Amino acid sequence: MKLKFLVPVLTFAAIAVVLWYALFNLNPTEIPSELVSKPAPEFALEPVPGYGPGLAQADLATGKVTLLNVFASWCAACMAEHPFFMELKKQNVVEIYGLNYKDKPDAAAQWLDRHGNPYARTGMDLKGRIGIDFGVYGVPETFVISADGKILDKIIGPVSKDMFDMRIRPLLNEAGS
Amino acid sequence: MTIGARSFILALLFVPMILLSASAVFLEERLDDPEQEARAREISEGIRCLVCQNQSILDSNADLAKDLRQIVRERVALGESDDKVREFLVTRYGDWVLLDPPFKLRTVFLWLGPVLIFIIGAIAAIVFLRGRNRQPDAEEPGELTPAEEARLKNLLDSESDITGHKS
Repeated sequence: MKLKFLVPVLTFAAIAVVLWYALFNLNPTEIPSELVSKPAPEFALEPVPGYGPGLAQADLATGKVTLLNVFASWCAACMAEHPFFMELKKQNVVEIYGLNYKDKPDAAAQWLDRHGNPYARTGMDLKGRIGIDFGVYGVPETFVISADGKILDKIIGPVSKDMFDMRIRPLLNEAGS
Repeated sequence: MTIGARSFILALLFVPMILLSASAVFLEERLDDPEQEARAREISEGIRCLVCQNQSILDSNADLAKDLRQIVRERVALGESDDKVREFLVTRYGDWVLLDPPFKLRTVFLWLGPVLIFIIGAIAAIVFLRGRNRQPDAEEPGELTPAEEARLKNLLDSESDITGHKS
């Protein structure tokens, strides 16, 4: 067996490939949503003052694919995705609902005053309990909601155009909207 | 200052460390019933903080960990079993939220992998060691083939001719 020396070499190569792949392709801070393909949890929330109507579970079954964006005025990364959401609204690409997570009503309203309101509805989750029901563990997170109010996917972190094209647009197209 | 006094003062400096480490649990929202509080902490110790990932929510200062601790305490106070409380969190955050992953089909390799690798390694070691010990016997030749015989003779002849110099 002249090829015996290959055993450690190949073992090393196999481990290296796995680790290399994991290092550049897997993101340990990204925990996939447990709620995918399940209905959105039950909730009913008051709107951010001046940015009604409010938001409840029933409002998510709209007959078309929508987005539920978890945001807060204290969240810096939310500012990064905000202009893109404004653009989506302007072009009427998809309806977006805002779940205001652990914020103060005034601060949230001020933030929307200043940066614009991309949301068709808003709900204030003052204590963050609804967020926990949704499995939120950081802001921003964006849920893609199906026509019948089920969760199709969750995007963790700010939504960029690339991210939108890769993960959200196919779901919109699939639903034929 | 004598050495005794110095080391005494030095030791004194460590006292708060010991006292504080004993109560490093965040004390914001304890339950009144000490038995329930102990249970809530035991559960919290096994719940992963999703923000910091390798800390339990019991040790974590993150906002979400605080909320989750609160939820665990509330559920325990409602009289739910430990498993029920864990299930509540698992339905929202997945098995990932448990620091001890459950044993199921998806995690079989995680649990049994090390045993498997150990067994493979042990077998490899045994094969290797036995092979090494047996090698001298294994290579003991039966008879030389006529061709080998001729070559050997040839070599021995040339060796004696040149004395010390290889062709």
